[in-house]
Amino acid sequence: MLYAIFCYNDEDVVFSWTKEQDDAVMTKLSTVHQKLAKNGKLGPAVRLMPTTAATTVRKDQEPPLVLDGPFAETKEQLLGFYVVDCAQLEEAIEFARDLARVNPGGAYEIRPVRLYLPGSDMSERP
Amino acid sequence: MSDPDLSWIEQALTAARPQAIGALLRYFRNLDTAEEAFQEACLRALKHWRENGPPRDPAAWLIFVGRNVAIDTARRRGREEALPPDEVISDLDDAERALAERLDDTHYRDDILRLLFICCHPDLPATQQIALALRIVSGLSVSEIANAFLVSEAAMEQRITRAKRAVAQAGVPFEAPGAPERASRLGAVAAMIYLLFNEGYSSSHGEVPLRAPLCAEAIRLARLLLRLFPSEPEIMGLLALLLLQHARAAARFDADGQIVLLEEQDRSLWNRDQIAQALALIDKAMRHNRPAPYQVQAAIAALHARAARPQDTDWAQIDSLYAVLERMQPSPVVTLNRAVAVAKVRGAAAALEMIEPLAARLSGYFHFFGVKGAFLMQLGRAEEARNAFGRAISLAHTAAEAAHIRMHLDRLMKESRAEAGAAEKSS
Repeated sequence: MLYAIFCYNDEDVVFSWTKEQDDAVMTKLSTVHQKLAKNGKLGPAVRLMPTTAATTVRKDQEPPLVLDGPFAETKEQLLGFYVVDCAQLEEAIEFARDLARVNPGGAYEIRPVRLYLPGSDMSERP
Repeated sequence: MSDPDLSWIEQALTAARPQAIGALLRYFRNLDTAEEAFQEACLRALKHWRENGPPRDPAAWLIFVGRNVAIDTARRRGREEALPPDEVISDLDDAERALAERLDDTHYRDDILRLLFICCHPDLPATQQIALALRIVSGLSVSEIANAFLVSEAAMEQRITRAKRAVAQAGVPFEAPGAPERASRLGAVAAMIYLLFNEGYSSSHGEVPLRAPLCAEAIRLARLLLRLFPSEPEIMGLLALLLLQHARAAARFDADGQIVLLEEQDRSLWNRDQIAQALALIDKAMRHNRPAPYQVQAAIAALHARAARPQDTDWAQIDSLYAVLERMQPSPVVTLNRAVAVAKVRGAAAALEMIEPLAARLSGYFHFFGVKGAFLMQLGRAEEARNAFGRAISLAHTAAEAAHIRMHLDRLMKESRAEAGAAEKSS
């Protein structure tokens, strides 16, 4: 089963990290990633810019309304996500626990994936 | 709080600070009371959160606890002092009821905006505005701020106390602002954040580690402001501008502490992450079709950031953006900057002609003579160039600035010696 793991955290905190703090967390996270990656279970992973860079298109009206900012104002913001291939939910939760150990604060939301389209490989793009 | 396990508490307290102090200030209408209440709430948070984990909404927790603590203190002091009149703690009922719904957007926004705004009262000189904002909004300690300003702790303490007194005397505007008032507060706060950034940016090499946090703090405040006012293109422009300038920080000085000019910087040291964020913000701002100075300056900085090599820089576009900025915000400094682009597009003679009328107004400005000297040097007018560089050195603020100009002078000297040598040989 494919799961998407959405990463929520307080962006005021995360984007106040110094480069050294940020690098330290990323290094620790990449060690955790390796556990899944070496078994070919880690799919695309994305880290997002802060919600101040977000634009929302509200399509509940015609024509749709373009708004600055994220879809929802929340205490913790969606800051990234993973796609992972896990035999059971328990394995995905275990991965989230491992991530949480090196990057505390906020929450991970685990959602089974209904449709997965790999698209083009964009890893070389800035 | 050096225990690494507790760093999350410290970070959460810092992140919640503007909102919590802003709300406490609305309740108590006194900056000192609000600050004391917040400090006390932080002490309790350290104990409580460590034992029970973080609350769902740290800011709400701190506001609630801080408010109760301050009321208790006021009641206890009540024996000696009269209790504050009811209207002073006006919103208390409202706050009690609404711990859950308290995150009313308008309150939240206006609380933080008010807190920032009182720091940039027009009566306060710029350095006091910045110091006050760093102390109250950012929560930097007096000694940290003193270090960043390169003054003694006692001097900084005095500066902040004086600023607080001025603010208290001026009276804090507590009524919910109307749209024009909100817009004018926003403008004042944006200007203060820009000043704060420049305070950190205009450091020479030896001071960089001390002053770089000012730049990071300015970016944090700009981002906070944009989250409060997500559809203000000029705040997007401000944040983009700060990010673009900060992105070059690692390339601005060489190993010996000498200034490295934009064109000579190692562009691989530029922070691509910050540049990408800035470009995304400029994209968003442009959609609003309301160009204003920060957006234009950000667009200029973006043209530099987009050029993979110095020779790829679109100087013609930079020239025309400076022309737009000159119309919006006429200033000799803007014209001087434009002249640098003009020199690239139309040559040093045209650029020199452009800056000559500025001489009277910029007679005390280091960069004027630095730029003028460079144009004269390009035109082969060595003697005049030497004079201009000499003036620049006498006006330099930092050792790095002076050293940079001296490098030009040395080059001129070598050239003239080489010429003299060549002349001797040919004679």
